[in-house]
Amino acid sequence: MTAHTKGSGTTWVGRSIRRVEDPALVTGQGRFTADLPAVHWVRFVRSSVAAGAIQSINAPDGAGIVTATDLKALKPIRPMLSKFNYVAVGQPILADGVVRFTGEAIAAVYAPGKDQAEDLADQVEVEISETTALIDSMDALADGAPLVHDEAKGNVIVEGRIKTPGFDDVWTTAHKVLRVDGRSRRQNATPMEARAGHAAYDASTGRVTLTCTTQMPHLTRTAVCDIIGMPESDLRVIAPDVGGGFGQKMSLAPEYVLLVWLARKLRSSVAWTEDRRENLIASFHSRDQHVELEGAFDANGRLLALSADIVANVGAYSCFPTTCGVEPLMALAELPGPYDVRAYHCLSRGVLTHTCPMAPYRGVSRPVITFVLERLMDKAAAAFGIEPTEIRRRNLIDKFPYTSATGLVFDDGSYKETMEMAVSAIDLPAFRKRQQTARDKGRYLGIGFATFSERTGYGSPAFAARGMAISPGFETVHLTIDPSGFVEARIGASPHGQGLRTSLAQIIADEIGIDPEFIKVVHGDTDRSPYGWGTFASRSLVLSGGASLLAAQKIRAKLVKMASHMLEAAPEDITLKSGSAHVVGTDRSITIASMARAAYHQAHIFKGEIEPGMTEIGSYDPSGTFSNACHVAIVEVDIDTGRVEVEKFLVAEDAGLIINPMIADGQVHGGVAQGIGNALLEEIIYDETGNILSSTLADFLPPTAREIPEIEMHHIETLTGNSITKAKGLGEGGAIGAPAAVISAINDALSSFGVSIDEMPATPQRIRAALRSSGKLT
Amino acid sequence: MSDKTNIILNINGRDHAISVESRRTLADAIREECGQTGTHIGCEHGVCGACTVLVNGEPVRSCLMFAQQAAGKPIRTVEGLAKGDEMHPMQRAFMENHGLQCGFCTPGFLMLAVGVLEREPEISDENLIDVLSSNLCRCTGYQNIIKAVRAAAIEMRQS
Repeated sequence: MTAHTKGSGTTWVGRSIRRVEDPALVTGQGRFTADLPAVHWVRFVRSSVAAGAIQSINAPDGAGIVTATDLKALKPIRPMLSKFNYVAVGQPILADGVVRFTGEAIAAVYAPGKDQAEDLADQVEVEISETTALIDSMDALADGAPLVHDEAKGNVIVEGRIKTPGFDDVWTTAHKVLRVDGRSRRQNATPMEARAGHAAYDASTGRVTLTCTTQMPHLTRTAVCDIIGMPESDLRVIAPDVGGGFGQKMSLAPEYVLLVWLARKLRSSVAWTEDRRENLIASFHSRDQHVELEGAFDANGRLLALSADIVANVGAYSCFPTTCGVEPLMALAELPGPYDVRAYHCLSRGVLTHTCPMAPYRGVSRPVITFVLERLMDKAAAAFGIEPTEIRRRNLIDKFPYTSATGLVFDDGSYKETMEMAVSAIDLPAFRKRQQTARDKGRYLGIGFATFSERTGYGSPAFAARGMAISPGFETVHLTIDPSGFVEARIGASPHGQGLRTSLAQIIADEIGIDPEFIKVVHGDTDRSPYGWGTFASRSLVLSGGASLLAAQKIRAKLVKMASHMLEAAPEDITLKSGSAHVVGTDRSITIASMARAAYHQAHIFKGEIEPGMTEIGSYDPSGTFSNACHVAIVEVDIDTGRVEVEKFLVAEDAGLIINPMIADGQVHGGVAQGIGNALLEEIIYDETGNILSSTLADFLPPTAREIPEIEMHHIETLTGNSITKAKGLGEGGAIGAPAAVISAINDALSSFGVSIDEMPATPQRIRAALRSSGKLT
Repeated sequence: MSDKTNIILNINGRDHAISVESRRTLADAIREECGQTGTHIGCEHGVCGACTVLVNGEPVRSCLMFAQQAAGKPIRTVEGLAKGDEMHPMQRAFMENHGLQCGFCTPGFLMLAVGVLEREPEISDENLIDVLSSNLCRCTGYQNIIKAVRAAAIEMRQS
């Protein structure tokens, strides 16, 4: 048997090997949901108003149409939390009597082609008697405001409070109290592939295969089956190649339920491909939050206490499975971030409005709380007359493990070290000189620092602590060496661009002494993959990587035992490398492929001492870890136009052990680009009646290659005991730090105007308005 | 709208005789009538560029062109970039420089970059970024795409 290795002599972990995902994707052989043919194409008829009562729905004679009347047997989507005064409102699959946001699906029509389905949808007449729409969360909180759902009084759907003991005493001792009124406008994750679903009924088995753009195939199966009332074994969910998710494809799309129901009804295949306008108005939104934050400092600039009032506009319904508590509750727990502050008081509320539901988006609340907290630090630096880096130096956590005011336990990190690394790499004194020279010539440069912690890789205990009825968490990997000696890892995680197949293969390769190219990682198919939670929350590498390592350790132990038997040597003398088991100090060896063959076809030779076959299972459900980073942005603001150019961006990051540096850096680059978009460009705009004014990519503006500078990367690798692979997650970090760094830099650039930009995105209009209000424009 | 016209789309050197309505976009025709699903549709309003293909050697957004407008003209899509098992330098450069993550926008970027470099092999870095800013990517942060296209440009000039 040939040994499956190139014999590198070094570990695979830590190397920038090319991604196994790429060849298919660069040759047009990727397989995305919209590539599948279907017998029927579905188009949704969506509400053109934000709030109202449906009076009538009229379709042309003979048209294939589904309305709420047809779906009476289906349960609504009703995500559950058992804490934080959560009110479990239900979302019908199609609007049932009332509409609650512009874009809510009212009916589904089907036809033999996409064009015909669109024509048909245009001919469906819906009469709605409009009622008062609540668009802004502050209006929804006002006394006497109409209710979005009758059961949620005052339109508050979730509310969390924390007040640490002795808070008031600490507050009264403060030397200085500073305040930030922060606002993050509504945004959309905007994956380049919008959502799509394809449901095919198999008459021979009665099963349905739902292929869709989901980040959580197994939970999609559970949710759809619960709602329709069908056995999970009758539904196969496939997440094929998925064109970016960023959280938007984590939450259950009601549309998928409709597709499965319709495929069963028609005994056929049905497909829906979301168009960009639908994605912008009716897929999940994010970020829309007000944060009023106050910080109490002592005379030396030490932060003594934080007080926050957070209002998240969660839209018209609660998303499944995380619920709309995901943003306000993460903010409640994590607002103090990387700073050592013992006294904390926070009220955080999720408020219902007649807008598209909010759901997780890369970073989840931390882009907002980091931005507001970093604004507070910058204001403190100005108030104490010190550099922004110095105020952070005085307040960053530097002793581990650290238990936060909210009870989170931070494992080993490098908050100060990453900032110092960033400060020395950027050469702050040189920048300050350059800034002054430019200022003298009427050019406004600014620098902004953002330090943050990113809670990553947490299992079911963290979700259970929120009181979730469904607590995502563990990951499982089934690892098999087949009779040909090739390795297959079937994983529950479901990546969509992260290169996870490559990274996991590197971890497994080192453990069992085989090259990654002989390891196939299989995911995204509930018929093939073990139950798992998918890919979100910077978790896949930590959890699925940990489960892969555990499974590989078991396979390794079995291989050693087999080699010991077959080579007649003591187990402690066996090493696995280069695709073979070797007896140390001899030239005796046997290939792993030969052992695999024996495990299946010569099981008798082991005399019952070793189990036949070659499959092992690893499961991992850790408590979680924290990555951290310092982001630095240098910007130039054109005060005549309000345009901001990001001249330089630098990241000093600590994500534990880096499995594949190329992939790790790529994740950070992408996150930073989204963060810069968050800071400067991207905004879902509703008018006061609830009509969306940003329903094309000419209005909602993801950044282009023009707006994103090169990103300089620096790494520290703090090895944590909280992750068995020593890798911490890093998927969201780029998006968490970048908005704060960019906004800080803008404020630094404009410091001489005495204005404060505390709102994202900092569009040219907002910057110009602030400059005009300063009265200092000439 | 159901009147259909018979046209021939020549994609990657192969003729596809198809019957389409006047309103059928080139993107839909390439994907659905001709079965070449490597060309992706990201916005259908000409902003994202995921559907970029080469028509007469020029990068076009196939969602903004009707299939009938491309009848009889040579069309190149991502499926035609590699010669057999040998990838185009641009494809290799994207893999080597991590110029893709989810891969959805990638075919559009590949065709945009190939089209531009075949027309203007000595394009300046500044103009190259301008050209690449016509397509959207949500995963990579662009710098690795730019790096990949620059690397491929050197190789394409040498070959």
